[in-house]
Amino acid sequence: MTTSPAGARDQVARLLTLVPFLHSRGKVRLEDAAEALGVPPEQVLADLKVLLMCGLPGGYPDDLIDVDLDALEEPEGDGVIRVTNADYLARPLRLTPTEATAIIVALRALRGSADGDTREVVDRALAKLEAAAAHGAEAPAIDPGEAPGGPDLVRLEADLARAAADARQVRLHYFVPSRDEQSERVVDPRGIVRAHGFAYLDAWCHSAEAPRLFRLDRIQRAEVLDTPIQTEPAPPRDLGPEGLFERSADTTVVTLALEPAARWIVEYYPTDDVRPRRGGRLEVDLVVADERWLQRLLLRLAPHARVLAPSDIQERYLQAAGDTLRLYD
Amino acid sequence: MSGSGRKSERLLNLLIMLLVQRHYIAKDRIREFLYPGTSTEAFEKMFERDKEELRSLGVPIEVGSLDAYFDDEPGYRVRLDQFALPDVSLTPDEAAVVGLATRVWQHARLAEATSEAVRKLTAAGLEVDASALDIAEPRLSADEPSFDVFWEATQDRAAVEFDYRRSGSTRTSTRHLQPWGVVRYSGRWYVVGFDTDRGEERVFRLSRVQGEARRTGQPGGYEIPAGTDVRAMTVRLAPPPSTGEAVLLVRRDAGVALRRDAVSVETDVDGPDRRTPWDRVRISRGGTGVADEVLGYGDAVYVEAPAELRTVVVDRLRRVAEAAR
Repeated sequence: MTTSPAGARDQVARLLTLVPFLHSRGKVRLEDAAEALGVPPEQVLADLKVLLMCGLPGGYPDDLIDVDLDALEEPEGDGVIRVTNADYLARPLRLTPTEATAIIVALRALRGSADGDTREVVDRALAKLEAAAAHGAEAPAIDPGEAPGGPDLVRLEADLARAAADARQVRLHYFVPSRDEQSERVVDPRGIVRAHGFAYLDAWCHSAEAPRLFRLDRIQRAEVLDTPIQTEPAPPRDLGPEGLFERSADTTVVTLALEPAARWIVEYYPTDDVRPRRGGRLEVDLVVADERWLQRLLLRLAPHARVLAPSDIQERYLQAAGDTLRLYD
Repeated sequence: MSGSGRKSERLLNLLIMLLVQRHYIAKDRIREFLYPGTSTEAFEKMFERDKEELRSLGVPIEVGSLDAYFDDEPGYRVRLDQFALPDVSLTPDEAAVVGLATRVWQHARLAEATSEAVRKLTAAGLEVDASALDIAEPRLSADEPSFDVFWEATQDRAAVEFDYRRSGSTRTSTRHLQPWGVVRYSGRWYVVGFDTDRGEERVFRLSRVQGEARRTGQPGGYEIPAGTDVRAMTVRLAPPPSTGEAVLLVRRDAGVALRRDAVSVETDVDGPDRRTPWDRVRISRGGTGVADEVLGYGDAVYVEAPAELRTVVVDRLRRVAEAAR
């Protein structure tokens, strides 16, 4: 196995982790080391062959690092990595500023979603890592704050992910905003997916008899049931930029004229085409699966959007706006 | 041996050579051992690049003068105490929490950086077993294209320039900022710092930054005032997510989301029409978003108070009718 042209730097980084890993553990099999480093065993073997050529300056055989390749390559070898003469590499390299910040911010996020006893454990771990990471400078000013939705939402996500892994049904109390309606249904969970900054449960819905996405922050309650799922297990969908609004037979393309204040919707919803117009206005072909959803959106945007086609949708929108205005007469 | 294998060898040998000596090592000696048979020009180029690669891994290569007799000749060394990860002894539950941290980032580069940090800790002898813990890990995402630039600029204290569109505005303006911190607040990422055009502290929402932010300053180009609390700054300067109270009349079977986090609900009140029963729902919310939210319900929701919100809603509906004429 050869390394990629840019691979020398990465290879050295791996070796600077591998040698202390072996040093602190004693007997480590090639496969286990590969797993710990997150690379295939062949790569670890290639790395070790580089190590064999390194050592103290001087060029005497005793100066070089020794690796027992027979144990790894011969059929009768035991597969255990033995590296000797490399004590000066016994300690891993310091965390880089990016590594230190990444792990500290991740722990701060964990802290924000942990409760009582766990929070105390996170605090202790954080204090030790911050001390180890400090290069005499203050802690990085990156603050993830509390998890959106708080610890409850984090817990809900973990429960649903576990239900999906265990192939158990879930009863959901769910709010459907486009219909302004509260619903209860039993689903076969498939997994958690993310798009547009929200987390969704992808599941087979037994009420709709179709796969559905449920936004986690709109789930009021989820009961994991004892009953196993009744549909074929399937992995959750991969939500690309368009995945949330998968094109089905019953979608309509609606052409909207948007004032500048309503332009933001093209960044949130799938469009077929966006045509710039004078004064920062846009003409947009929007893909719509549910007219109720669109009417709600138009009202939210009022008066910055109108429907150019089909005309009956614009008429119903004007009707809805007029009905609402009449309440105030 | 492949070309990059030979280069790995050279990099590692250079590191070992600089690490095992107490004193600075002369460049000539390095050349003699590790770059034999190279021309001066080729050696200079390779040596420069190799040093840079090691530094990019975090290897602290020091440059110093050898001694009084050779003061024009620079020497190099790596101090073990600067090179090695200090001892981090974590209890098993602390180690488990650290293991969990690898699952938090939903941002490829930072997820990898976290995993790399944990690998180094593991190499130092840490045993990570996250399965022993029963806590749910949050997910941290950062989809804003400019997130990386602000993150790194904050770490390096380097000034940035970016195009920004304020809320409700269509105009984009170029702003100059010395970033002090990147903060998530109400689920959104903000950058706070000193706005050098305005001459004061400002906060910017990353999702409103247009395109890529650009670094304009050198690392270490400014100081962050001592005692700066970037979270407090964000809370102070960012538009408040919810303030004030609104009183709404809501049709009996509508407004589920409004009722769900209502301050109070009073049933069977006098409404603007008699088509359905009406309930009075008080919500704790304010700002421009609440008018959008109320409008989305159409004729199922009527604003009683405050008067400003009522005016905004009525005015926006009138303009719909006027535009259609």
